[in-house]
Amino acid sequence: MKRFTLNGMIGGVLVSILLIVAAIGLFWTPFDPMKLSFTARLAAPGAPHLLGTDEFGRDVLSRLMIGARASVWIGCLTVGFAVVVGTLIGLISGYARGWIDGIIMAINNALLAFPGILLALGLLAVFGANAYGIIFALGIAYTPSMARVVRGAVLSLREREFVEASKIMGNGEIYTMLRHILPNCLAPITVLATSMFGWAILSESALSFLGLGVPPPAPTWGNMLAAGRPFIEQAVWLGLFPGLCIALTLLGINLLGDALRDKLDPRMRGLK
Amino acid sequence: MTQEKLLSVRNLSLEITHRGFNVVKDVSFDLEPGEIFGIVGESGSGKSLATRALISLLPPAIRKTGGQVIYKGRDITSMSEADLRAMRGAEVGLVFQEPMTSLNPSMTIGRQLEEGLILHTRDTPAERRAKILAMLERVGIRDPEGALVSYPHEFSGGMRQRIMLASVMLLKPALLIADEPTTALDAVIQRDVMELMVELTQAEGTAVLLISHDLPMVARYTTRIVVMEKGSIVEAGTTEQILETPQHPYTRKLLSSLPVRGEVRAINITSAPMVSARNIVVDYPGRKSLLKKGAAKRALYGVSIDIHEGEVVALVGGSGSGKTTLGRTIAGLVRESEGEILFQGRKRDADWKDYRLNCQMVFQDPYSSLDPRMTILALVEEALRLVPGIDRAAKKKRAYETLEEVGLSAEYALRYPHELSGGQRQRVAIARAIARRPRFLIADEPVSALDVTVRAQVLTLFSDLQKRYGFSCLFISHDLGVVEQVADRVVVMQDGRIIEQGDRDTIFDTPKEAYTRRLLSAIPALDLNETGGVKLKWRLEN
Repeated sequence: MKRFTLNGMIGGVLVSILLIVAAIGLFWTPFDPMKLSFTARLAAPGAPHLLGTDEFGRDVLSRLMIGARASVWIGCLTVGFAVVVGTLIGLISGYARGWIDGIIMAINNALLAFPGILLALGLLAVFGANAYGIIFALGIAYTPSMARVVRGAVLSLREREFVEASKIMGNGEIYTMLRHILPNCLAPITVLATSMFGWAILSESALSFLGLGVPPPAPTWGNMLAAGRPFIEQAVWLGLFPGLCIALTLLGINLLGDALRDKLDPRMRGLK
Repeated sequence: MTQEKLLSVRNLSLEITHRGFNVVKDVSFDLEPGEIFGIVGESGSGKSLATRALISLLPPAIRKTGGQVIYKGRDITSMSEADLRAMRGAEVGLVFQEPMTSLNPSMTIGRQLEEGLILHTRDTPAERRAKILAMLERVGIRDPEGALVSYPHEFSGGMRQRIMLASVMLLKPALLIADEPTTALDAVIQRDVMELMVELTQAEGTAVLLISHDLPMVARYTTRIVVMEKGSIVEAGTTEQILETPQHPYTRKLLSSLPVRGEVRAINITSAPMVSARNIVVDYPGRKSLLKKGAAKRALYGVSIDIHEGEVVALVGGSGSGKTTLGRTIAGLVRESEGEILFQGRKRDADWKDYRLNCQMVFQDPYSSLDPRMTILALVEEALRLVPGIDRAAKKKRAYETLEEVGLSAEYALRYPHELSGGQRQRVAIARAIARRPRFLIADEPVSALDVTVRAQVLTLFSDLQKRYGFSCLFISHDLGVVEQVADRVVVMQDGRIIEQGDRDTIFDTPKEAYTRRLLSAIPALDLNETGGVKLKWRLEN
């Protein structure tokens, strides 16, 4: 248990830093992230540019701060979309069973057969390459796995005696679903949602890296990483810092997710 | 004593490694060759761990801190792993509680039985086969040839336990350790398996170490007993001594927890019944395959039952008799295919709302019948959610009162189910069921998952509440001892039909059907004496 709380704290600290930096980036950055400066092209980390500048002389730290905002925003909305839609589909499918379940799961499995990133690429072609396009595309790509996990949990929960007890008490099906089944699905949902948040940030970076994400000059970690690639030999910081941001954020989110799952489950609370 | 001891346990102590907490303290006993010896104790008494230490099969978290285990003059605890392996099986056989998990589901019976023979004997394949067939025949498997190529899931629990017994006895061990060998089985099959075990081991001269929480069952077959509580032996002696003149308070408590016949109550059965089920037929749909629907399986063949005001009707029978299906059908969890159910003279289906308000159910397993994410208070309050004319404050008050009534003080209200013991959870389940003051309660094996002493307490609680509120009750159980204590009337079911019914004393004293007599032969009649001891009398089958 102690290990969990230590891990949870590390995760919490990493995620808090991300959120704080993203929040500060809303109001203040050390330099204007868009301002070009030919005198300070590819400056190494140091004063006054703490993390150096890129090939156009833009301040990397400022751009990372703005990029954090984009990552958090895209990650939250994507996961929110997948959680809400996926849970709803999973609940309906698992609770109704029969032909409704059959049809929903057939579509779901068909979507699952595509790799998430490929599906997102296809959907981006429809929605267009911008932040909303990414959110929709990734959200839709992640929904099937959420639906599947929730459906599985519901299928096993609905056979439990406390669900029958609820029926005996005369409670309606929707009440039973929301009061007894959904709360008991929270653990798998939380775990999946946190890892999805990580995937979303990673996928957004990957799509931006491929040039299909948020278009330049607006900075995201992904397109910064992509832009830094040609200069990897002269200016390693261009790729290093965005990459580090992605890695640390993912680590923090995963650690926090595990801790959160244990916290949310009353059965784990009494353990020492 | 001139005869050499088969097994001698001296001052055995075990602890949980991480916490230094003693789970078995200073346990000593001796076993003579060919003797049947009993260890009795409730869950947590350390009886299973102590016996696992006998063959050095302790879980990794448990460590021996002292004592010796001498088997035929050799100290087992200092034996090498190779010697131990040679001894397990060949010298000491084991039968565990759960026949579902102690046989490998992916191996045929024949291969599993052969394994031990290959390891421990030099028989040729033909000899092995002959031995196995003979043994399967002896344990009462109808088609031994067919059984060889069958898998465990093709057999019932009782049959699996017979096969398990066969696999152990094939090697003719000098000692058989049977840890709750029949606890997972229903009363009748339990007795059959025990008789078989005793007969086989006596024939081979095998000593038996019988471990169980079920004191009458152990007493029936053993000559000497030790009683364990919290890791220590509290009393040891011959079976008769322990039963008739118990010395230790815990032994007395165990004996006084055995169910005794309750008083005869006057029930008005001339008025219209509270609940009436008429000609109930239930078919479970067959498994659907790609092209055709499998044949439906009939669980109930036109069963009728009446439950009167304030009456406790017990529904008894072995597993597969349909008693649970009938209970669940009356509760509305299973749809009847034919027949109808009347509640207070009106059709149940005409007014579900009223029926749900007045009919509640207590389930068997208190671990899965309470939502793990709700506090005890929330669980009981939820039962009042749909009760009309009661506001929030009144609900809370009623919930606390009800918890108090089932013996749970206010400090438990904000805990979660996992923080409670099994008995306490079942109290919560009962509180939830009676909180809305139902007229009718269905209790499906409400105490069979509980320890002996806890069971007695919960049963007493149940009877008290029933008397106070006067609800009618359908009490489903395979344990006739429990039924004898609480029921006014008994209905016996077999294979989806009611075969006998009548008031409790008639059924228990003058049963007519052979099956009822078999059920009754599995439980003792108790004769209490003034010292707190009992004499067990077993009813004859014929």
